[in-house]
Amino acid sequence: MQEFSLIHPASTRDALVAGAAQGAKFIAGGTDLLQLMKDNVESPARLVDLETLGLTDIEAGASGLRLGAMARMSDVAAHQAVQDDWPVISQALLASASPQIRNMGTIGGNLLQRTRCGYFRDTGFSCNKREPGTGCPAIGGENRMRAILGGSEHCIATHASDLAVALMALDATLELHGIGGSRRVPIAEFYRLPGNTPHIETVLHPGEMIGAVTVPRSAAARNSRYLKLRDRASFEFALVSVAVAMEMANGAIDDIRLAAGGVGTRPWRLPEVERSLHGKAPTDAILRDAAGRAGEHAQAARQNGFKQTLLRGAVLRALQTSVA
Amino acid sequence: MGELNVTRRHLLAGTACGLVLQPIAGEGAPAPVHRPSVPAAASRAITLQVNGSALTLNIDPRTSLLDALREQADLTGSKKGCDRGACGACTVHIDGRRVVSCLTLAARCEGRAITTIEGLASNDQLHPMQAAFLHHDGLQCGYCTPGQIMSAVALMREGHAGSDAEIREWMSGNICRCGAYPNIVAAIRDVAREG
Repeated sequence: MQEFSLIHPASTRDALVAGAAQGAKFIAGGTDLLQLMKDNVESPARLVDLETLGLTDIEAGASGLRLGAMARMSDVAAHQAVQDDWPVISQALLASASPQIRNMGTIGGNLLQRTRCGYFRDTGFSCNKREPGTGCPAIGGENRMRAILGGSEHCIATHASDLAVALMALDATLELHGIGGSRRVPIAEFYRLPGNTPHIETVLHPGEMIGAVTVPRSAAARNSRYLKLRDRASFEFALVSVAVAMEMANGAIDDIRLAAGGVGTRPWRLPEVERSLHGKAPTDAILRDAAGRAGEHAQAARQNGFKQTLLRGAVLRALQTSVA
Repeated sequence: MGELNVTRRHLLAGTACGLVLQPIAGEGAPAPVHRPSVPAAASRAITLQVNGSALTLNIDPRTSLLDALREQADLTGSKKGCDRGACGACTVHIDGRRVVSCLTLAARCEGRAITTIEGLASNDQLHPMQAAFLHHDGLQCGYCTPGQIMSAVALMREGHAGSDAEIREWMSGNICRCGAYPNIVAAIRDVAREG
């Protein structure tokens, strides 16, 4: 690991000033960043420790939920109001990582974790995300775990966060802080497609940080759930995951939001499935027809074509569970 | 133990040079790995609260809590398996919560209460979870065991020992390549039953 200095800022303002320096990175839980630093994928000259800033509040009010960026994954997952009114968030977090990692990992850090693509994490290989312009060995190489949606000729790395998938389904908003001020960005606009700049993953400006996540309250959010399919029963990244939030009115689907993980270069909303369900009575035929539309524009590589089939099955199962 | 106070650890440490640094002879032997020397980063004296004692250590910012415990505090119970948070062998408690010490920077632990496997027993009395692992043979080679036990103690405190399935899920951050899982679950179930 390369040398770095560790800064303990006294305030968010101090943190933003320290974080604006060349080569600086913020450190929250550190569970992903330290892995990347040990493998020399990241080598910041300066780490700005966000631990002392607080930002750990979990507030459930009339308008919605507000999660401080430094709230621990385990604390959010165990929060009674989250479990009652936004169960998909709790379930997505509990399906993530291990109990130890969830005690360390934060909401903001989870949303900014880097891809698990083995080529990205091994400096012995080229990678357009790590070193722009060097090429993507995943496209013609080991790509069973890579994305089938949103890829480009430069990158097919899968976004790894489960929480981000749940937040996509719930139309969450991120509060961002920078030295020039604060702004709010819907999560649907936060992650960028790789295109020809796969190293730029979000709309965050250099030196900007996530301060909090807000999630609106809704009847659909109360009837929400997370289904995650993986190679082993626990402590594993998704092959495919589905977040669904659904509200019924007069026997028909009145509000439906679906997002998928493990399949996209960013957390992936499924509007084509939502459209085909809206206003309809959830008969088995309707659900099957809708699920069959998931990932219509998927582009599989040699080893990951199974994900489209798995995605449609997972969407169907999640829908069936939601109307049961 | 008097004059025979020779631990496995000290024996290994004393003989390691003779064993490891033998040049590898013969054709096809891998070239010795060249490790470029890394300039020492600014080290700083920090005080860690470990198992109820204050330890002042000179810490390079890069040092993981695991390395500080093992290499500087001579607390070698916490084990380095993957060093990437994937195996759980390095599990310790910080302020009562289980974490992986390999992904924790020691320099971020000032003022936090750290408990390692060495801090579980009181005097010569094993912690009930340690005793249960012995009773149920919850190990084979034993390398993952300190992490398993630290996780199991935390799991009890969290209230996640309601069923075998719940125990398995909440122990999923601790890998045992010998496959002692059935006996590990039995040990935890036993402690849970006895309250």
